[in-house]
Amino acid sequence: MTQRIQVALGQVRPVLGDVGKNVDKHLEWMEEARRRGADVVVFPELGLTGYQVMDLTLEVARPLSHPDITRLVRESRGIDVVFSFVEESEAHLFHIASVYASGGDIRAVHRKVYLPTYGMFDEGRYLAAGSGFHTFQSRLGQTGMLICEDAWHVSSPYLLALGGATCLVLPSASPARNVMEQGDFGSQAFWRQLLQVYAQLFGVYIVFVNRVGFEDGVSFFGGSGVVSPLGEWVYEAPSIEEGLYTAEIDPGVIRRARYGTPMLRDERADLVWRALGRLVDGGWRG
Amino acid sequence: MRPEIERRLRLNTDLAARVLTAFIREEVEKAGFQRVILGLSGGIDSALAAYLAARALGPERVQAVMMPYRTSSPASLEDARRVVDDLGLPALTVPITPAVDAYFEQMDALLGEPAPPLRRGNRMARERMATLFDLSAHFGALVLGTSNKTELLLGYGTQFGDMASALNPIGDLYKYQVRQLAAAVGVPPSILNKAPSADLWEDQTDERELGFGYDEADEVLYQLVDLRLSVEEIAARGYDERFVRLLAGRVRRNQYKRKPPIIAKLSGRTVGVDFRYLRDWGL
Repeated sequence: MTQRIQVALGQVRPVLGDVGKNVDKHLEWMEEARRRGADVVVFPELGLTGYQVMDLTLEVARPLSHPDITRLVRESRGIDVVFSFVEESEAHLFHIASVYASGGDIRAVHRKVYLPTYGMFDEGRYLAAGSGFHTFQSRLGQTGMLICEDAWHVSSPYLLALGGATCLVLPSASPARNVMEQGDFGSQAFWRQLLQVYAQLFGVYIVFVNRVGFEDGVSFFGGSGVVSPLGEWVYEAPSIEEGLYTAEIDPGVIRRARYGTPMLRDERADLVWRALGRLVDGGWRG
Repeated sequence: MRPEIERRLRLNTDLAARVLTAFIREEVEKAGFQRVILGLSGGIDSALAAYLAARALGPERVQAVMMPYRTSSPASLEDARRVVDDLGLPALTVPITPAVDAYFEQMDALLGEPAPPLRRGNRMARERMATLFDLSAHFGALVLGTSNKTELLLGYGTQFGDMASALNPIGDLYKYQVRQLAAAVGVPPSILNKAPSADLWEDQTDERELGFGYDEADEVLYQLVDLRLSVEEIAARGYDERFVRLLAGRVRRNQYKRKPPIIAKLSGRTVGVDFRYLRDWGL
């Protein structure tokens, strides 16, 4: 029997621009998650800074070596943690980053590749894009990280799945929009369907952690959860409410799902590679 | 209203009420306040704001203020009292007649002519605003706005008057949606069913003054603003082009009412231009 993994979903409401307060909350919740027996705790996109940092970018940005960051990394003993903030590179590029820390060390850093800059979003004005998707070994198995908008590009989970990921970790700051429809927010309904399809197509678990709270009238819907490779939401946290929630991942499900629906096995990466090569060589707008 | 538009303007009222009560609670508390204050006119917009605020904070933390002028309809005051009684709100009645009449007595003499209704109405709206912001300081309560999306788009309100507030929970709801949500949160039927009126002079109704009905306007505004259709595209769907153009013109002309004052840029970093922070900075 495979070992089940307990995942805590830290559906926090960050304070905009107050990194110290947000670090404290992350530390408290890590302790609480550890007490509840979680193996990993995941926090949302920009949980250490708030989402619409705009001109606060200069003040909230931290290099990986900053004491605020090393403090959290150091505490990743007895529990792994995924947290997100504005990372400043040595060349002074500002990225939306998520860090996976375990055993007191950084295991992986993902820098958001797709920065939404349209409609209500303005990330590209302040921030620099990341350059890739990489998998790494963690308590969650072979793991890949995506941040919010990254998941609205189908190639991101595709690349991670081909790279061997069996679990995708997805910190988000997704606003609630369109309460006109019955049931969920329009934006939430789209996320639900999207992640179900990805999980099932790529035979992966997806850990989705979305923040809550308001920033100048914009609310973030929460609704964090875990989707199994069978395309089922095995756990769903409430929308709007701040809280630490726990869910379970059963690696045995990955095995059965991949045997029963072996889409990934039959994937033709070589064909995609050649076709994309022709498109790019032929002057595709990129 | 055409069924396909009506369907899209239908609110999930439970979810909308949850978001808006969370909005009031969170924005009030993180700004370091415990209470809100709002003017109750007896109309549906301020009634809805009061019901949402009472649900968010508890009625004892919602200060209602009735500010009648001598020509205000007695039925309006009665409806406002109905909200106060139904919710159990602390309430204050502050007639604005002495202040407004004193002002125009002096100003009419200075200008040598009586002020027309528009100026008088604007002055009343600003007298009420000034009263609410004064009481805001007295009660330590944030002023709750009561302008809906239809009014904001059409500019049907007084700049720095009823359009002024600290927080507006209903500004993204069309009038058509205000009615749905008001019914869902328990606003009394006498308020739900009467003709909307700014009540700035006797027998005024919004729809008579505007020259069209709210449902009619909402149907077109939704397509202009939310669906981003052009005037021509909406006309091609069979709507009266002159009416669509009239509304589009109003939306454009009144943009100034929806923005803070513009500032002439001289420096490298200018408030309102490239000094970019949310109001919730540090909250």
